[in-house]
Amino acid sequence: MSDKAVPSSAKASAAHHNASRVTRHALPYFPGCALKDQARGFEDSARAAMAALGYELAELPRWNCCGTVYSLATDDLMRHLGPVRNLVRVQDLGETRLVTLCAMCYNTLARSSRFVGADPERLERINAFMDDEADYRGGVEVVHLLELLRDEVTFEAIEAKVERPLDGLKVAPYYGCMLLRPREVGIDDPDSPGVLEALLSALGAEPVDFPQKAECCGAYQTVSSPEIARARVGEIVSAARWAGAELIATSCPLCTYNLEHHQVEREERETRHASPVTRHEIPILYFTQLLALALGVSEDKLGFAGLKFDPRPLLSDRELV
Amino acid sequence: MPEIMDRIKEANRAVTTGIDDSAVKHWVTVYIMGKGYRVPADITIMQAMEYAGYRFVRGAGCRAGFCGACATVYRTAGDWRLKTALACQTRVEDGMFLVQIPFTPAEKPAYDIEEEPADGTPLLKYFPEVARCVACNTCTKACPQDLEVMDYIQAALRGDLAAVAELSFDCIQCGLCAMRCPAEITHYHVAQLARRLYGRTLPVPKHVLDRVEEIESGKYEDEFEKLLSMSREELEELYRKEQREKGGLNSRDASRVTRNGQGER
Repeated sequence: MSDKAVPSSAKASAAHHNASRVTRHALPYFPGCALKDQARGFEDSARAAMAALGYELAELPRWNCCGTVYSLATDDLMRHLGPVRNLVRVQDLGETRLVTLCAMCYNTLARSSRFVGADPERLERINAFMDDEADYRGGVEVVHLLELLRDEVTFEAIEAKVERPLDGLKVAPYYGCMLLRPREVGIDDPDSPGVLEALLSALGAEPVDFPQKAECCGAYQTVSSPEIARARVGEIVSAARWAGAELIATSCPLCTYNLEHHQVEREERETRHASPVTRHEIPILYFTQLLALALGVSEDKLGFAGLKFDPRPLLSDRELV
Repeated sequence: MPEIMDRIKEANRAVTTGIDDSAVKHWVTVYIMGKGYRVPADITIMQAMEYAGYRFVRGAGCRAGFCGACATVYRTAGDWRLKTALACQTRVEDGMFLVQIPFTPAEKPAYDIEEEPADGTPLLKYFPEVARCVACNTCTKACPQDLEVMDYIQAALRGDLAAVAELSFDCIQCGLCAMRCPAEITHYHVAQLARRLYGRTLPVPKHVLDRVEEIESGKYEDEFEKLLSMSREELEELYRKEQREKGGLNSRDASRVTRNGQGER
């Protein structure tokens, strides 16, 4: 973006951040609704981890729901207003990039950005609807934190900053759908992703490969047809356990909800027949919680309190907390 | 009681009676529900409707922009936008096509505020339609109070009671947001629940407790008795005296009070 297009307030703000020693880079950041409610631990741990790496996740001063589910109807432009409005807020700051944590928000925002960017007529119609508000000019890039860690911070730099290596901790990286599909917005190979494994390795943990790592958790079927989500979660969690995982790492509050909630129900129904390997509950953590833990962030900022299955007995057993 | 009701009715009669047409220099034409009327140019929509012969039994209240009873929608010639206003606060424009929306049908769930947790969960429990918001911002554009209505609905969606309470504080519940919303949300009821829940999280200020105690101890009852026992003439004289003392009513307004029989907003 040309220097001319940057509002003076944004320049002043950037100068302020450059001058600060603690915070080197302020990144425009979109939290999403779940991270302000059910998944607070995701945001808290991410903020703490990024601060330890010298970055500030600077929440947009004004934002709305991402749209939650990307609309596949090509003529239903109304559904793209929510996501596009958030991109306008980034533009208002004189910025060109938006960092997300929630895989669902990432997916919806990134796809909407591409959808309106690909067709000037769509964008024109959306801008015409918004009427006297600022037009979206296009060009805001939506990135997921994992991409930023991989491509900009780099895993080597993260490894160098690890204070508490997660030695021997067996973690199953669970991608689900939204980080990988469709391919245009996928942050990694949709069939054989490796970015979470690479991050976990950098933290000293042992990533556990399992065939269901990129399969769907059942998503919103959990509302209307919970048996579908229950079946999906059963397969995912069993596979992770049989592969030896002690924890599952996710990047999605909805995956986390399903993996936690349906795991309990399954436990209750299957206790009588359970083999020793499937009997205990497996904690579901956000990848940022493991990142923050390894970077030496204090336990009270890791957001473990909001988790259904407390990982602390396991982590304390490994002398990590 | 009937006597008081008669007095209230009298006090609410049209304020524009007594206008001397020969003294009006500028006129505009407005279309009320499609029918054209020539009205003085410097009066409000509400006054124009009364001038045209309408008598309000609903859709008028405080006449001061506070009660939200006189929600109005209109278009002006040559503009495709549907505009919104409070009839008592907005001056007529030439070529204005208007209608009042005196009532907004709205589902108003019953809840016991003391039984609900002071967090975001009751908002979606009682108003699940909040999740239908597509962030179109039409509610914000409809708000005659210039509130960021869409932003507070979005704050409700993420359970941020403090933000809903702050952003909706000046809501007068006129209902225009709800009438324009494609997701059929009743924003003002959501906001009211949020403010009630948020209020529960705050300490009760001492001045409120003191005032409640004063009221309960009967401190103001003599004054009320005195006002209620006064005649209309005595009340008008008292009103003028008070306004003069406050400097809020100049001599021209004071004379208008005499001519019209009551104060004009």
